[in-house]
Amino acid sequence: METIQKHFFSDMSVMLGRSMRHIFRSMDTIITVTIMPIAFMLLFVYVFGGAIQTGTDNYVNYLLPGILLIAIASGISYTAYRLFIDVQRGIFERFRSMPIAPSTMLWGHVLTSLVSNAISLVVIILVALIMGFRSSAGILSWLTVVGILALFTLALTWVAVIPGLTAKSIDGATAFSYPIIFLPFISSAFVPTRSMPLVVRVFAENQPVTAIVETIRALLSGQPVSHTIWVALAWCVGTLVVAYLFAMMAYKKHV
Amino acid sequence: MQNSSIQVKDLQKSYKKLNVLKGVHFTVEHGSIFALLGSNGAGKTTLVKILTTLLKQDGGTAIVNGFDVASKPDHVRQSISLTGQFAAVDEILTGQENLIMIARLRHLKNPRQVADDLLTRFGLTDAANRRVSTYSGGMRRKLDLAMSLVGKPQIIFLDEPTTGLDPEGRIEVWKVVKELADGGRTVFLTTQQLEEAEQLADHIAILHEGKIIASGTLMELKKLFPPAEVEYVEKQPTLEEIFLAIIGKKEAL
Repeated sequence: METIQKHFFSDMSVMLGRSMRHIFRSMDTIITVTIMPIAFMLLFVYVFGGAIQTGTDNYVNYLLPGILLIAIASGISYTAYRLFIDVQRGIFERFRSMPIAPSTMLWGHVLTSLVSNAISLVVIILVALIMGFRSSAGILSWLTVVGILALFTLALTWVAVIPGLTAKSIDGATAFSYPIIFLPFISSAFVPTRSMPLVVRVFAENQPVTAIVETIRALLSGQPVSHTIWVALAWCVGTLVVAYLFAMMAYKKHV
Repeated sequence: MQNSSIQVKDLQKSYKKLNVLKGVHFTVEHGSIFALLGSNGAGKTTLVKILTTLLKQDGGTAIVNGFDVASKPDHVRQSISLTGQFAAVDEILTGQENLIMIARLRHLKNPRQVADDLLTRFGLTDAANRRVSTYSGGMRRKLDLAMSLVGKPQIIFLDEPTTGLDPEGRIEVWKVVKELADGGRTVFLTTQQLEEAEQLADHIAILHEGKIIASGTLMELKKLFPPAEVEYVEKQPTLEEIFLAIIGKKEAL
């Protein structure tokens, strides 16, 4: 056991290096993850945007946080996909029969998800800048935004690990992300919730995306953040803990 | 150390109601080639998974290289390698990268050197820098075997190692397996092909309906049957012999 603990970080770096290679050798995964959110951004800003009353004069500023969350939600489905392939092709079994810390196999994929999503988000923010996104946020607010996005990615990636380990087919492994991608549409990400019918509005105002979107929006526009940041963090941490526990259960069941 | 590499006593495993292993006993001598024969669904893979710490047994004990698989899986993993039924290689990486990855995970001093030596030994040097997704089935299998030899594990488990290989590929794998045993390593292999067991194994066990129903050297197993009658038959070449002869001729030209 001791030797396995000792090698945890070197094993981890091998695993991380491996799945990062996967990403850089199939850039199409990053491209597909960035294209859809950018298309939504173009559609909403240049087609629907004129008709949407948000109370702000810069709709790109209003829209961007939700777009970033959509990008993350579609990005994590690749973690499920890669994990599923590892399990199917038998390389997972090879690793498990070797003297390496078992959790490094999962952490390698999870850290890779953080890096690849970060790349996608930077690309999307650059496109948003071209479209007129401006932020008056200071360095501390930006760091907070990065922290929240990283936590959100981490939480959803652990959610993705579960179907990655347990799915019976590729479609099953990736389909779980569709409802998550859809969540921002029933939130304040695109339009203020006040125009929604009561039932939808109650749902929209109490689901995690609204809290996260409003926190990021406030941070980026240099406004004071209300208590929503705590609601946002609670959702992220809560999802992370629950998903991590279930992912570990799924993993142990495999052993 | 001890003379036997693997000792299995009264091993039992069931999946829900299906009883796969019903009290399996056997011993594998150090430095020998042990073949486990059995038809599809006989429980061969289940047995291999238990011995390689991937699966926990319901009852009985299994000692691999002196360590109990259930209580000391990490020690067992230090001394074994597993080649499963399907080539467990990373398709997006190159052959060389696959080997370096395994060498680094086994914490070897000079991963690149280890990788290059194995590539040479398996005749994969020309394909070393190509992605594995471009490899043929036989090349994948060779790389798969090479990956199992990284770090010189004491006991090598091969679960149906020649499935899906052409006759030439099969003979190459057999050659490697024989070399391994000559080098003092223990090889545990499963197969459905009787010829494979006959060609390779020092000791053969037949797993049928969850139990070892016969076990011994080829000679011992032959003794179980009535003495051979001498018959004179005209020996026709098998298709395999014809195939290999023609291929050999082509290469000679």
